[in-house]
Amino acid sequence: MRDVAIIGIGQTKYGEHWKRSLRDLAVEAGLKAVEDANIYAKEIDAIFGGNMAAGTVIGQDHLATIIADFAGLAEHNVPAVKVEAACGSGGAALHMGFMAVASGLYDMVLVGGVEKMTDVPGEHMTDALASAADREWEVTFGATFPSLGAMMARRHMYEYGTTREQLAMFPVVAHENASKNPMAQLRNRITVEKVLNAPVIADPLTLLDCSPITDGAAAVVLAPMEVARKYTDTPVKISASVATTDYISIHSRPSITTVKANVEAGRKAYRMAGVGPGDIDFVELHDAFSIISLIALEDLGFVEKGQGGKFAEEGQIALGGKLPVNPSGGLKAKGHPVGATGVGQVVETVIQLRGEAGERQVDGAKRALTHNVGGTASSVFVHILEVV
Amino acid sequence: MVVPRVWRERVARYRMVGKKCPACGKVYFPPRDVCPTCHRESYGKMEDVELSGRGKVYSYTVVYQNVLGYELQKPYIMAIVEMEEGPRVTGQIVDCRPEDVEIGMPVRAVFRRLGEEGKDGVIVYGYKFVPDL
Amino acid sequence: MVGIVTYGSYIPKYRIRTEEIARVWGDNPERVKKGLRLISKSVPAPDEDTATIAVEAARNALRRRRIDPQEIGAIFVGSESHPYAVKPTATIVAEAIGATPFLTAADLEFACKAGTAGMQAVYGMVKAGMIKYGVAIGADTSQGAPGDALEYSASAGGTAFVIGKENVIAEINHTLSVTTDTPDFWRREGQMYPRHGGRFTGEPAYFYHVLTAARKMMEVMGTEPKDYRWAVFHQPNGKFPLAAAKRLGFTEEQVKKGLVTPYIGNTYSGSMVTGLSAVLDHAEPGDRILAVSFGSGAGSDAFDITVTDEMANYDRNAAPGVWDQIERGEFIDYALYVKFRKMLRMGGDPIA
Repeated sequence: MRDVAIIGIGQTKYGEHWKRSLRDLAVEAGLKAVEDANIYAKEIDAIFGGNMAAGTVIGQDHLATIIADFAGLAEHNVPAVKVEAACGSGGAALHMGFMAVASGLYDMVLVGGVEKMTDVPGEHMTDALASAADREWEVTFGATFPSLGAMMARRHMYEYGTTREQLAMFPVVAHENASKNPMAQLRNRITVEKVLNAPVIADPLTLLDCSPITDGAAAVVLAPMEVARKYTDTPVKISASVATTDYISIHSRPSITTVKANVEAGRKAYRMAGVGPGDIDFVELHDAFSIISLIALEDLGFVEKGQGGKFAEEGQIALGGKLPVNPSGGLKAKGHPVGATGVGQVVETVIQLRGEAGERQVDGAKRALTHNVGGTASSVFVHILEVV
Repeated sequence: MVVPRVWRERVARYRMVGKKCPACGKVYFPPRDVCPTCHRESYGKMEDVELSGRGKVYSYTVVYQNVLGYELQKPYIMAIVEMEEGPRVTGQIVDCRPEDVEIGMPVRAVFRRLGEEGKDGVIVYGYKFVPDL
Repeated sequence: MVGIVTYGSYIPKYRIRTEEIARVWGDNPERVKKGLRLISKSVPAPDEDTATIAVEAARNALRRRRIDPQEIGAIFVGSESHPYAVKPTATIVAEAIGATPFLTAADLEFACKAGTAGMQAVYGMVKAGMIKYGVAIGADTSQGAPGDALEYSASAGGTAFVIGKENVIAEINHTLSVTTDTPDFWRREGQMYPRHGGRFTGEPAYFYHVLTAARKMMEVMGTEPKDYRWAVFHQPNGKFPLAAAKRLGFTEEQVKKGLVTPYIGNTYSGSMVTGLSAVLDHAEPGDRILAVSFGSGAGSDAFDITVTDEMANYDRNAAPGVWDQIERGEFIDYALYVKFRKMLRMGGDPIA
């Protein structure tokens, strides 16, 4: 297996792109990544694109082909496929791209992710997102996606004494970090009090525990490590690319305060990279809801089970803390264009590892972990990236 | 066309008929064709088992932003209920004030409307839960 | 011996008080409370309908006596508010209690007496030896037009009876009917709310049919009011059944136990049968019961029933009784009532 490097990154601003379509966003992110890699689009051997809901939401499937076409690649007949794993689609696409390069089948692979969420009314988007859960046995019975997160949060509070205030630290830190990220959607600073007093979405989670509806796209260019330096002075090595799955519904899991798919993904990723949690300088965690990132923090071994809330309360997840979480602003504040998220996390990580993150730079960051999940971590994609 | 999809699940949704693994005896709901523990030993051999409908609240939430079709019910309580026979099930708790629900509360299944496929479409029925007094 | 093998009722949890309805329309609540003896009525939750009520009533019946549902040969659901105009409620009940596929099932409609029409049908089938057990259910989620006098009474609830020959707890000694074409109350196809003949619903409709059926029954059976411990008459309000009892020579004591309408309103097809269910909750072996339903349009079914010794072996407590359910009510205001009854025009609904 060959070592794989990221040689180019690109992303759109995350937010509400009223004037731009899904294909516009995807093409922008892809071409930016190609330009950043100092190559031409026609040099791309294959495209893997992450997207969750275009088929449901805007009635457009066959997505990778349409994007390759509008990126100007139809004449080159480049292979392009969409990869879907709900909110983990971006991470899944990266995993596929990694395999393609590592195996030696392709040399230059573009991995993208895109979601256009503002073309339909909010309740329709909520319904489309709920399809990440079990339609027959959860959604039909009234479960919304936040309601599943809320039940995990309630149980975590019950089992470990996690407080409402501790949970609120995750969005507070996310907004603080996003205020320093020009590509982020929500750049206002918030307080714990504001989180607690926001409208309740699914008790105990409020609006400010939940990631927003976002349009956006992100892309990276992968190449074999051995040729990476031909294109860039700052290649970033993908030292682990791991995917796991779990019971799709939280009701089927032995516990809802830990996710075995998280634990296994972390364990395998550390083994693949030959490192441990203590060697990670910062993480981009999947904080679709505050509780999802809190549980991941514990499951990935950064703190003991049940201690995530305390860790956050002590300020250890902020920039300058023991383990900065989501310097980008995370899904919560940078935004959550579902299919793009997993790739966007990697874009941020590369920016950090290149030392180009400006005000939100994690000092001396050499190695980081990204954690992207589908549903309630029913599928998990963990990547460890490092400077070489 | 949603009719076959609704029709197919009627027995499980109306009467909470789940599956029991003949090898290890574990009961599953919703029904599944393969026991995650016994795999090949169970495939094609899973037995129907009707749950009693009684259980306890394992976790819950009060939903203020509903899925489509639940407009008239919000705010409503969603819960994961641990059934007497072992499996946990996601369902609504009705006829209960949000302030009265708590983890560990005994509940029992009742038969309610889950939704409808528009005003001229089929009505979907199934289980919900009420406090078991 | 053919009779009731088990029975069960279901009354939705929510209630609205007469005062609350009167407040909205500027009526004098005392007139309704004293004149019609209506204190409150039951309101179905937004996820309840005649099918869910029928299923819950049937399940309560099966909790009290665990007969094998596969031995049920017929299910009839009587209602004026079946969830579908075309597509049976009875099939939903059959599936939900595990009685499918070898049985006959059908929906009945005869205003407030469709439930007792079902009882007569399964009684006949059991007696003829066609089936071992038959289930007859009267259930409704009736609606009165907003502001109409009916709004004070039209409510929701239902009762199921399993009729058979074995382990009979209440023998049906005899049943007979009185039927004429008397349009005192109707709802045309496609109309949301019924219309009624006002005071015409009294003498020529309710009283003629109920009194005639009761008198005919006592004539046939050679009985008089004092031979019955309990009497149940259809109860569109709290006043009519008491007036009927008085005219027939029954005391208030004989009808009180089965008079549930003042608290839960008129459950239409569920009305007399739920009154009968309330009586059976308290009846003892040897008790004789006269029960007379009434359905607008119009007709009455009368039943002469004797509670058997088997009642002593029967587990009535395995399901909540009628008065237990009445006491568990939770009161809501008119705004919530409008939401529960789906009378709000929601986003996306047509303008008219």
